[in-house]
Amino acid sequence: MITLKNLSAEEYMLPGNAACPGCASVASLRIALKVLGPRTIVTIPACCSSVIQGYYPKSPARVPFLNTAFAATAASASGILAALEIKGREGINVLGWAGDGGTADIGIQALSGAAERNENFIYICYDNEAYMNTGTQGSSATPRGAVTTTTVTGKKEKKKNVPEIMIAHEIPYVATACAAYPLDFAEKIRKALSMKGLKYIHLLSPCPPGWRFPAEKTVEIGKLAVSTGAWILYEWSEGKYTLTGLSKGMTKKSSRKPLKEYLTAQGRFSRLSEEETKALQEDVDTQWDRFNKKLVESGTAPTG
Amino acid sequence: MILTGNYAVSYGVKVARAEVVAAYPITPQTQIIEKLAELIAKGDLRAKYIRVESEHSAMAACIAAEACGARAFTATSSHGLAYMSELVFWAGMGRFPVTMAVVNRTLAPPWSIWNEHTDLLAQRDAGWVIMMCSSAQEAYDTAIQAFRIAEDERLLQPVMYGLDAFSLSHTAENVDLLDQSVVDGFLPKLDPAKLPVYMDPDNPITFGNLLGPDAMMEFRHLTKEAFDRAPAVIEQVAQEFSKISGRPQTGLFDDYRCSDAEVALVAIGASSGDAMDAADNLRDRGVRAGVIRLKAIRPFPGREVRERIGGVKAIAVVDRDYSYGFGGIIGGELSSCLKGGVHRYVAGLGGRDITIGDFEGMMDDALSKAERGEDAKEVWWGLKELA
Amino acid sequence: MSKKAAISKPSEGASGLTGMWRIKRPVVDQTKCTNCLLCWLYCPEGAMKRHEDGKLSISYDFCKGCGICAEVCPAKAIVIVREA
Repeated sequence: MITLKNLSAEEYMLPGNAACPGCASVASLRIALKVLGPRTIVTIPACCSSVIQGYYPKSPARVPFLNTAFAATAASASGILAALEIKGREGINVLGWAGDGGTADIGIQALSGAAERNENFIYICYDNEAYMNTGTQGSSATPRGAVTTTTVTGKKEKKKNVPEIMIAHEIPYVATACAAYPLDFAEKIRKALSMKGLKYIHLLSPCPPGWRFPAEKTVEIGKLAVSTGAWILYEWSEGKYTLTGLSKGMTKKSSRKPLKEYLTAQGRFSRLSEEETKALQEDVDTQWDRFNKKLVESGTAPTG
Repeated sequence: MILTGNYAVSYGVKVARAEVVAAYPITPQTQIIEKLAELIAKGDLRAKYIRVESEHSAMAACIAAEACGARAFTATSSHGLAYMSELVFWAGMGRFPVTMAVVNRTLAPPWSIWNEHTDLLAQRDAGWVIMMCSSAQEAYDTAIQAFRIAEDERLLQPVMYGLDAFSLSHTAENVDLLDQSVVDGFLPKLDPAKLPVYMDPDNPITFGNLLGPDAMMEFRHLTKEAFDRAPAVIEQVAQEFSKISGRPQTGLFDDYRCSDAEVALVAIGASSGDAMDAADNLRDRGVRAGVIRLKAIRPFPGREVRERIGGVKAIAVVDRDYSYGFGGIIGGELSSCLKGGVHRYVAGLGGRDITIGDFEGMMDDALSKAERGEDAKEVWWGLKELA
Repeated sequence: MSKKAAISKPSEGASGLTGMWRIKRPVVDQTKCTNCLLCWLYCPEGAMKRHEDGKLSISYDFCKGCGICAEVCPAKAIVIVREA
């Protein structure tokens, strides 16, 4: 288990990078690299993290970073892996690190291809639920009701469920995580490292400017996403779903906070009517009803 | 060994010891990667085959493999190349010495699988060395030389080479193959230390993060200078390859009977041989005809060609390609290097045959126009009325 | 060796002294700090420096002043003050 005590004190994402104040994605990349360690090669497509690296000739990254084209993360990771293998360069972890646009939208084809081939790397999607790098345009990972510059009256469609798409590929490991729970995230990376094949982690990454909340509230918003049940922390492996962290106690509606607490804390949901808020609450309840069935089928439903 | 142009490429890539092949099937290229997949599966080539889901991913994987020190190859054609284009630029601008075979095919719509060069030429500004093969033997030889050229420390840029669909890709001829030991002596292992970009946890670097206007031009100029050195690299590699193979090699271009020519025809690709036959026929009729067959498109050997045919009375250029709103691409490029106009013939689009008679007709046409003092202009050769 | 490509090297302050961005400043009250490390865990910037003696200090050169450290501190040992 990764704990605060044994989490590496080494920093592989150095301070003084170009991330916005309160950025959950850079916070999470920092944590991820602590777990992955110095013998890691990271490939990154166009996304916030490409800007966060700042300008040549400096980089905050203390491990090799290979930037690639927007759609190409998983293909790039596959190429890295093939080279390491054929050159006999052992003991190097490969990480594909991409945003929701580069994962759920333009990069999903390459990701699906790599998953079908079961390439031996970790792919982490840090999901800030819109194209934040270009100034908050809607992506297929933008949730219903959220205002972006291209969903100006609030998105009408539901968020694409990428973890389920990855589960359909029957890769060794799929997990969700949330930047507000870095140790849960870290533990999932540790587990992923112990498995061979493609490991996919989908990380909810609250974004102060894009979601429109004050920078100091990043952790609080992330925790609300989980405690209201809007975001479920779970793992999937060999056909079984398992809840992790706070989500373990969220299976009953009565244990979940009203979704409204999560929504009203963010400017992107400020246009919602009472009726729309109610509909979104129903979405969450339905999401849990369905998820609970999966837990029962997996034999992993919490007892009592 | 009797091989098609496609299989000749596969065997060339094999003996060059490519280490990563990431590829996606497309007619008429598919045989190249099928054969490589087979050679790898049988253990005849020690390499990783990545069965990618698109050409875009193929090039992304090749780039990443080169960045981790592996010799990478892919092959594509037409739509595949167009789809790959973003990463073609990435490889060129990032100086990743990937090599790629391109079987030239018409871009749809409507669907066509037949020969045209526009696919290859549309990538000409991407920072790649671009060559055109004219025979299966040359395809084999070029597949090997391409790695030497790409990895040469003076260049360090990717190399692509074209094969005409079917007339070269699927036409079998006798191809002399080289022993592994001979090629090993010619093409050393890829040394990561000389790569512009190498991903090494012991010496961590970031490649591709933002570069402001203050330095981008200077890095682009490095690539420009690399291409200034490219003609010498290509010629030297060709000469060395002639020595190990015992076969004369073409570096930048072939000059066929141009030294005393009054009319010279410039062509690329597999039909150049027919153009040379046409020049012979003209000479039989007392017309001093010659042919320049360009092998290199990038670097474009404009100055070198001008030295050979700059004083020729009439220059005819055949383009099996077109840049709409401008003209034939090779004709346009050559015009920029020559004083006076060139007679531009657009022919063979969509795979239409260009016969020896057609080449004769073009040279006759160009020479008679020059003798009459007519301005050079573009002709769509053999254009018919639509039914 | 002459440059061949735009290679960036690891560096603190790759985007400059990002502490300049700060409009609010977190200040640690060492008497209240229990060294629970939550501020260090959550700081997006990695600007919480851990010292040999277990104490924590803030690298003001790079701290962007997001205020997350004060939010997550269970001992209320970090206060946010306006930058002068």
